Amino acid sequence: MSNSEPEYWLEEHGSALYSFALLHVRDTHRAEDLVQDTLLAALKGREGFQGSSSIRTWLTGILKHKIMDEFRRQSRESPAPDSPEEAWEAAEAQRVVENFANNGRWRNPLADWGDTEHDFSRDQFWLTIEQCLAALSPRLARLFVLRELWQMETDEVCKELAISQTNLWTRLHRARMAMRQCLEKYLNA
Amino acid sequence: MLTCKDTSRLISEGLDRNLSLGEKIGLRLHLWMCDSCRNFKQQMDYLRQALRRGWAHGDLPAEKPLSLEAQERIRQALKKEKYGHGD
Repeated sequence: MSNSEPEYWLEEHGSALYSFALLHVRDTHRAEDLVQDTLLAALKGREGFQGSSSIRTWLTGILKHKIMDEFRRQSRESPAPDSPEEAWEAAEAQRVVENFANNGRWRNPLADWGDTEHDFSRDQFWLTIEQCLAALSPRLARLFVLRELWQMETDEVCKELAISQTNLWTRLHRARMAMRQCLEKYLNA
Repeated sequence: MLTCKDTSRLISEGLDRNLSLGEKIGLRLHLWMCDSCRNFKQQMDYLRQALRRGWAHGDLPAEKPLSLEAQERIRQALKKEKYGHGD
């Protein structure tokens, strides 16, 4: 089988693409569909592959486009009133407030993480990040991933997901507070 | 005077936009006096750097296998796309 055949891409890169998709969409079937959409698009656009990048990089680029489409679609729908997702998001907002006493000071002093880098192996770190991301509401996780992993500029995120800057800053603050607390739990475990 | 709550928000926003001179001065003053907020800032910087460095190196959570059923389904879809249109 030649390495320009989509069946070969599936065998060689399928699991990598699937794992990448899973970090973004959670639902295993959605992640599988995204891999399928990616390989179909790659098959149609085969001539566009320059060979200057690796096939893996090229396929991941297509997958990222598919993920962004998915994010755009999802961000257009607000969670329904009284839905679990709405309650989840309200709890996240509340948890930020609960970090602070009425006078605005931290309720519990924050510890020095010191040389955190030495405490986490690379695999442990990413496993922890993955678990902490899964504990965020889907909406917060989307914003956090686009900003901190994909490193998109904030105005780009706002444009893509049709939200205001202030809204983005508020949500990123929530996401970072939650990621901090989650990471700390694992650091102390 | 900034509270810790204001400060945590400013530290976070500082990762997303340029803070004004006034905000920077207020932040520095608060950090000078507050161990917790200094630790918070250090933790936020760690999170950003560790994620960016790892992402740039192509680090990701350990690979999860695509199930055989899914592989077969995708293989069929690719075959159909390749040969299904009579070309």
